[in-house]
Amino acid sequence: MPLSEGDQIELRVIPDRYVTVRYAGASGDFNPIHIDEEFALGVGLPGRILHGLWSMAQVARAATNAAGGDPTALRSLSVQFRGLGSLEHEIVISGQVKAVSDGVATAKLEAVQGDARLIRNGAAELRVG
Amino acid sequence: MPVPTEKIGKTYPPVVYAVGREKVREYAAAVGETNPLYFDPQAARAAGYGDVLAPPMFAVVYCSSAFSGALFDPELEIDFPRLVHGAQEFRWDQAVVAGDEITTTITVRDISERAGLRFDTFESVSVNQRRETTCIGTWSTIVRGEE
Repeated sequence: MPLSEGDQIELRVIPDRYVTVRYAGASGDFNPIHIDEEFALGVGLPGRILHGLWSMAQVARAATNAAGGDPTALRSLSVQFRGLGSLEHEIVISGQVKAVSDGVATAKLEAVQGDARLIRNGAAELRVG
Repeated sequence: MPVPTEKIGKTYPPVVYAVGREKVREYAAAVGETNPLYFDPQAARAAGYGDVLAPPMFAVVYCSSAFSGALFDPELEIDFPRLVHGAQEFRWDQAVVAGDEITTTITVRDISERAGLRFDTFESVSVNQRRETTCIGTWSTIVRGEE
């Protein structure tokens, strides 16, 4: 799928109640702030929080979807982690293609959940054609 | 906060990760992927891959042991409970499929201190069994100071 300058990227995802448990098992990151409600509250968090790298994977998914679903189109992705992600609240990943040259599209992306900006300054390079 | 800047440049022993088909499927499902290339060997072979394709962010999985080895290195004196992930970058090259063996080497690229916060930057270089680069990662962590 050709990408053009100005194209919009969007993906909406609602992390279910147990997604951090599945991601902990899949990734090997068993930090209790992600999987143990009591522990999370005990260290001053509002509750269990999402893994930042899970949220980054949603940004990666938004970018590859925009490129037509070819996973190898994604050449690079960089993000900054900011707000804490919570469970059972919709996350909106949005972005825009900023430039296309020499067969590579450059897109800016961010992930927002309510008032929390989970990921900002996301930048992806996608191979096009 | 004193930081061990003399450790900048330290490289850790390579760590090998064997990519398994079920692990790829488990990871892909956990991040909400539905692309058959990640789940169905026949679909992957039809697309020219030897087995199910690993999603790009699966780099997190095959780098995990190598990266943990650096984070928990006593010489780096990282106050782990105060550690947060500040930023992440991956650059991908060769695709990774089930059956590959990925070797990852971590290097400390920078350690600095500013306004009571400690900033560490690590680089991961991952290659497959043919010595082709699959992914280069830049992992930026922040350690909050004592209150």
